[in-house]
Amino acid sequence: MKKLILSAAVLALTAGLAMAESHTTVRLATEGAYPPYNFINDKGEVDGFERELGDELCKRAELTCTWSTNEWDSIIPNLVSGNYDVIIAGMSITEERSQVISFSEPYTQPDPSAFMTKAGAGDVMSGTIAAQSGTIQAAYVTADMPGATLLEFATADESVAAVKNGEADAVLADKATLVPIVEADSELAISGDEVLIGGGVGLGMRQSDTELKAKFDAAIESMKADGSLNALITKWLPGAATF
Amino acid sequence: MCSDPSALHGFSWLACYLTTAKHMGLYWSFGTVLLLLAITAPTALLFGFGGASAARSRFAPLRWFGKAYIALVRGVPDIAFFLFFVIALDQGIEYVRHLFLCPSTDGPVRQGNDFIVCAAAKMPLGNSPQWVHETYGFSLAVITFAIVYGAFAANVLFGAMTAVPRGQLETAEAYGMSHRQTFWRVLVPQMWVYALPGLSNLWMVLIKATPLLFLLGVEDIVYWARELGGSKTPNYTDYPHGDWRMWYFFFLLVFYLSFTRLSELVLNRIMAKLTFGQATAAGEKQRRAAA
Repeated sequence: MKKLILSAAVLALTAGLAMAESHTTVRLATEGAYPPYNFINDKGEVDGFERELGDELCKRAELTCTWSTNEWDSIIPNLVSGNYDVIIAGMSITEERSQVISFSEPYTQPDPSAFMTKAGAGDVMSGTIAAQSGTIQAAYVTADMPGATLLEFATADESVAAVKNGEADAVLADKATLVPIVEADSELAISGDEVLIGGGVGLGMRQSDTELKAKFDAAIESMKADGSLNALITKWLPGAATF
Repeated sequence: MCSDPSALHGFSWLACYLTTAKHMGLYWSFGTVLLLLAITAPTALLFGFGGASAARSRFAPLRWFGKAYIALVRGVPDIAFFLFFVIALDQGIEYVRHLFLCPSTDGPVRQGNDFIVCAAAKMPLGNSPQWVHETYGFSLAVITFAIVYGAFAANVLFGAMTAVPRGQLETAEAYGMSHRQTFWRVLVPQMWVYALPGLSNLWMVLIKATPLLFLLGVEDIVYWARELGGSKTPNYTDYPHGDWRMWYFFFLLVFYLSFTRLSELVLNRIMAKLTFGQATAAGEKQRRAAA
């Protein structure tokens, strides 16, 4: 019996060996709830700016990539613990995050963040501001808006809903995310000044994965060089600056 | 028919909307939840039975182990357990595989913030298809649920075992049954009537705890309700709508209420069966009603 258990254990341990030899698959993780960067389409698949971008980058870097989704809150812990290899989720490059993970070259210009309120609400910059937790916007409200109260939500959609039902006075989020929402809903409006926070959006990778980072950096550079990245930005991100 | 949803109205629009591939994800996730319950409940009961038997063992180390399991797991907040234990279990498995499969690899497993094992030790392997990753995540969830609810079940069963009248066991011993025989032939069959109220509580709590799957990264009904219910702008979907989360969560409420009600009915029947012929107040009542 003991022998049986032991050999079963050895079998389980070694079963994967042969397959692992051809390890070239890179697992990409996104949130799937931040249009137009990434969202789940009607077919239930990951779609959006980063879906097209990620597929193209993998093609140029000659990598086989698979997509997975993960909650925004735990997206960095699951990367460093090795559940996937790359975060591609509209994540702005910041000092704080760079201490934990390493970022690729930015693939967008620093995207201005904007306030969205109910139409005609006027200036409400000192009221209750909704933002997605763990974002640069949430950090900004806490650190740089002394008169405002931060109200955090797990997803961007929930923070928008908070403005609509009056729980918050305004939501602070990436402008590219807010513009399509305002266009579709006459009750909402962009108001106040835009704020520039973050250093552009990049891929997040483990700090030890230097080889992977080099490959993706090269792919991003080549997309910047031939203008295909700009074409993608114009297609997906309304009003965002190109390279 | 569903090729141009913007031209549809009323019922036909709804019919197309509710049958998108994305909604299929929601419907399948009900299966995920039911499957979780179907696997977890017996596993947790097994863990509970093992824990309770260990806790009343005559062999001291086994007894300590049983008591420690019950006390420790019951004492740790569920959420902390679900967040910490799953990651620890996953990394533990990968670490063991790393030691066995690539002992010659240079560099420690922990480098700064990173947890790095060789490619062959990954669980599941990086190049496995997505469904394997999902199944693995689901299995981790089942194990975690089973350990947590097993500890509660162990305490219930431990109590039930002590509740069986001493006279029954004495009689068994008087007939010359060994300790083992007394346990299996007298104690275990009689303890269920005392255990069932506690176990039925656990089953109800387990049903209501299934949304914790969402915390473990499994795309369960709560994930899909939130994803599908959130407002959708026309740019990114053929079926734009406002914030419909209320309707989706109302649907979940109905699902959970009907499921717990059904469970109650079934559990009442089992209780009536178990009570039959028992030396308890309810058993006596049953006997009088029949007479």
